[in-house]
Amino acid sequence: MKINCRQASRLISQGLDQPLNQWQYVRLRVHLWMCGNCRQFSHQLQLLQQAARKAGRGE
Amino acid sequence: MIAHADLEAELAYLQRYALAQLRDRDAANEIVQETVLAALESGDSFSGKSSLRTWLTSILRFKLIDRLRRKGKEVLFESLEDETDDSDFDGLFSKDGHWQDKIKAWSGPEESLMSRQFWEVFERCSEVMPRRTAMAFVMREVMGLDIAEICNNLDVTATNCSVLLYRARMSLRECFEIRWTGEAKA
Repeated sequence: MKINCRQASRLISQGLDQPLNQWQYVRLRVHLWMCGNCRQFSHQLQLLQQAARKAGRGE
Repeated sequence: MIAHADLEAELAYLQRYALAQLRDRDAANEIVQETVLAALESGDSFSGKSSLRTWLTSILRFKLIDRLRRKGKEVLFESLEDETDDSDFDGLFSKDGHWQDKIKAWSGPEESLMSRQFWEVFERCSEVMPRRTAMAFVMREVMGLDIAEICNNLDVTATNCSVLLYRARMSLRECFEIRWTGEAKA
């Protein structure tokens, strides 16, 4: 079953906090492979996370 | 020994940091004071290998986490329902759940640029964020706590916790986006 971008965006966020289960992981990977928008979104959330952590360490 | 002038220069930064978590100016000022006193008392342990800011931040972070753990659960009166519903992002997606607009690459930011402007963007963005949402984000991303501890502190389920973090990230992403695209135009 395919997931849409909205569902993918939730999984991308969730994956930053805890490991996804296999069902979620596989579907997200397939979606990201096909969807440039979601790859960009995922990259931006990672940048945001790294920036927050750096700020949190006073760097 | 730390020069007092150097210390003073970091006060605004520390206050911003404390305020993001505590959301109460008096409480933030109090913990910043404690941090600075602790720093002055143990001035010798500052090796100069890390920056003064990094060192002070690590003391503040420790104090914030300690306070969080001692104080126990946060008392929050806002309804959780409003915060665990992500329908306010409906406008970003089409009916079938695809992005309404193309997600453009941010032209400006490297990670270091973003982290330097982080507090500024966060401060403005979190003004319109529900309290629990902003707090969940700070606990998770700034202080690096794990989900179980955040759920426990905010007294929400793991599922609700995920939604809070999702909402915070969606909002902050938009705030950064406005900043980068705005700067690109200027």
